[in-house]
Amino acid sequence: MNNVNDIITQELRAFASSLLESGEVSAFLGFAHGSLPMTTRPFVAKTPEDAQKLVWNSFCVLNLANYLPALLKSIEPPRGPKDPPPEGPLPKAGVIATGCWSRNIVVQTQENQVDRSRLVIAGVSSRGMVDRKKVLKALDGKEITKIEEKDHDLIVEADGAIKELNRWSVTRDNCQSCVHSSAVVFDHWIGPKLDDRQAPNRFKQIEDIEKMTADERWAWFSKEIETCIRCYACRNACPLCYCETCFVDDSNPQWVGKSIEKADAAIFHLLRAFHCAGRCTDCGACESACPMGIRMRLLTKKLEKDVFELFGDEAGMDASKPLTMTTYKLEDPQGFIFEPKHGQKKE
Amino acid sequence: MKTIFLNEKELLALLASWCETFDVYAPNDGKGEDAACSVIGWGKIASKEEFYGVLPDKIAKGVHKTSIKPFFFPQPETLVTFTSDNKPCAPLANTVGQKRLILGVRPCDARSVMLNAMPYRDDPYYQANQNKTVLVGVGCNEKAITCFCEKTGGSPLGTDGLDILITTLGTGFALEALTNQGDELLGSQGAALDEALLAEFTKRRESFAADAQKANSTPSLKGKDLMSLYQSKIWQDLSQSCINCGACTFLCPTCYCFDIQDEAIRKDKGSSNACACGTGGCACDAPSVRRIRYWDSCMFPLFTKHASGHNPRGTKEHRVRNRFMHKLKYFPDRFGALSCVGCGRCIRECPVNIDIREVMTTLLAVD
Repeated sequence: MNNVNDIITQELRAFASSLLESGEVSAFLGFAHGSLPMTTRPFVAKTPEDAQKLVWNSFCVLNLANYLPALLKSIEPPRGPKDPPPEGPLPKAGVIATGCWSRNIVVQTQENQVDRSRLVIAGVSSRGMVDRKKVLKALDGKEITKIEEKDHDLIVEADGAIKELNRWSVTRDNCQSCVHSSAVVFDHWIGPKLDDRQAPNRFKQIEDIEKMTADERWAWFSKEIETCIRCYACRNACPLCYCETCFVDDSNPQWVGKSIEKADAAIFHLLRAFHCAGRCTDCGACESACPMGIRMRLLTKKLEKDVFELFGDEAGMDASKPLTMTTYKLEDPQGFIFEPKHGQKKE
Repeated sequence: MKTIFLNEKELLALLASWCETFDVYAPNDGKGEDAACSVIGWGKIASKEEFYGVLPDKIAKGVHKTSIKPFFFPQPETLVTFTSDNKPCAPLANTVGQKRLILGVRPCDARSVMLNAMPYRDDPYYQANQNKTVLVGVGCNEKAITCFCEKTGGSPLGTDGLDILITTLGTGFALEALTNQGDELLGSQGAALDEALLAEFTKRRESFAADAQKANSTPSLKGKDLMSLYQSKIWQDLSQSCINCGACTFLCPTCYCFDIQDEAIRKDKGSSNACACGTGGCACDAPSVRRIRYWDSCMFPLFTKHASGHNPRGTKEHRVRNRFMHKLKYFPDRFGALSCVGCGRCIRECPVNIDIREVMTTLLAVD
């Protein structure tokens, strides 16, 4: 039986393999199977044989754009720090991209982190990736030993018992509120092209938090980040985080304390989120990478909502436009400066 | 040392009695607070229902989400406090608070305490934390898919690092005293194992030990010249997907690296946390400083960055290699055992599914 994932996997392998065979790209970035149920590994295929290891399923939760700047650099011919770049075009890399990943590639292009002309993007329609933590919860925390994916169901084996779950019911929050699920920039299409999903209310989670009083919100936030171990998986899984020295690592001046005490963890999460304003595509890699199950994505989602409502912008939709936070227009709303309480809505 | 047999009711009563002399901790979902440290995933317990949850036949299979590492390496740990007027401040944080007893500790986690104590043999802070902690373990009847303690020299019924090990036996539980302290805690409770139970207990222990010995990869790893693989391509392949976060090292019970900083504390009158020592109720009111040590990770570029700007482990390939070589080569060279207890947390939580079991297999397979 050929389900959507199998079709995409086959097409992807064939496409990556042909690119590598013809020498059009030196590397193709995708996912390979992981060693545990519900895991995948970001994987760089360098030969047509490697390309046969590529897979597509509902557990491709990391954002591949995150690897692109380093990958492109790694396939350049070696040269010393002061040597000029070689003549002629530099080698290319192929990559598979969903809506959000492709939007991150656009942001990376806008921020001069990747050279679009060196990428061959295989666009794909994401049907939403599965949240491993939701599956565990649906199985009452039992250990999942095997999982089989069908088009609309997951057959989960946990401690000997078999349970069928509706796939959509356990997709990630960011996927459930997604409105751009198909790649926005691509050179080739893989699998069926689906219409973008129309999430009924993409900012529902944020509106619920906005309804809280300041005290309630602080309590919610404190509870949410309570178990943060400062491993920075959220930061490192994020394609927006490429600074050579992160603000948390700066020591002169030192912006943030190093412990997991509330003040330090809170500052880390708040500053990290603000750095993503107008750039975040809500790909959910931060939450998927978090070993502690912290929903830090809600912070960036709030900023996404603000940017959308105040400036009408969505990150990564148009490479020819400047990024929201790097430009200024006279008609930009500024009511929030004078009337903090009423400044939330577009004037 | 004695081994006693208790039924469920007697065992619950014994656990409850320990609450009178100890702060008793067990796995939970939140962030427990201790006078000296905050511990994620382990909380103070007192109710009967909570004790019920740590019985060997009730506790979830495999290891708990987080290890017991924060009890021994608080994040952060105050090493010393001082004030601008040179007045003595509060006592060291790790001498504060009464003795702690941790329930529901898996043999792999307990073994990590024994292993960490080797490099921290002369560290007064670690020693103080260890001296005030009693570990009561539960044997594993079942392995999780990420468990591999036998490969690292441990066993599902291992006793290293524990004061008492509780295992299911017959219709009840066997409690094995492993240290003098454990022996005292069992007191005159229960009866010794009768002949049939003792035979079963001994047989099980022997068969587990035999299995563990067979599966142990330590001799083969030590027998191999791993330094010859230092420049191998395996590290490049392995590190390609690594995002260089610290999830593996921070969840790892045997990763113990730290950094030290001085933090100035602004004194807010009336604040419960007014003093640098964090204990509250301290009389000093001059601006103060606390020197903390906090978790660091060899996965972070900053870990090895020199003041000159040079970084001897400047790429993630270097860092990934160091993490595995430290666990499987450098530590064993120095202390004999692998610096890995096979708990599998790094495998379970790695965002890109780097699996140390595969690394061990690869290291043994390549020439």
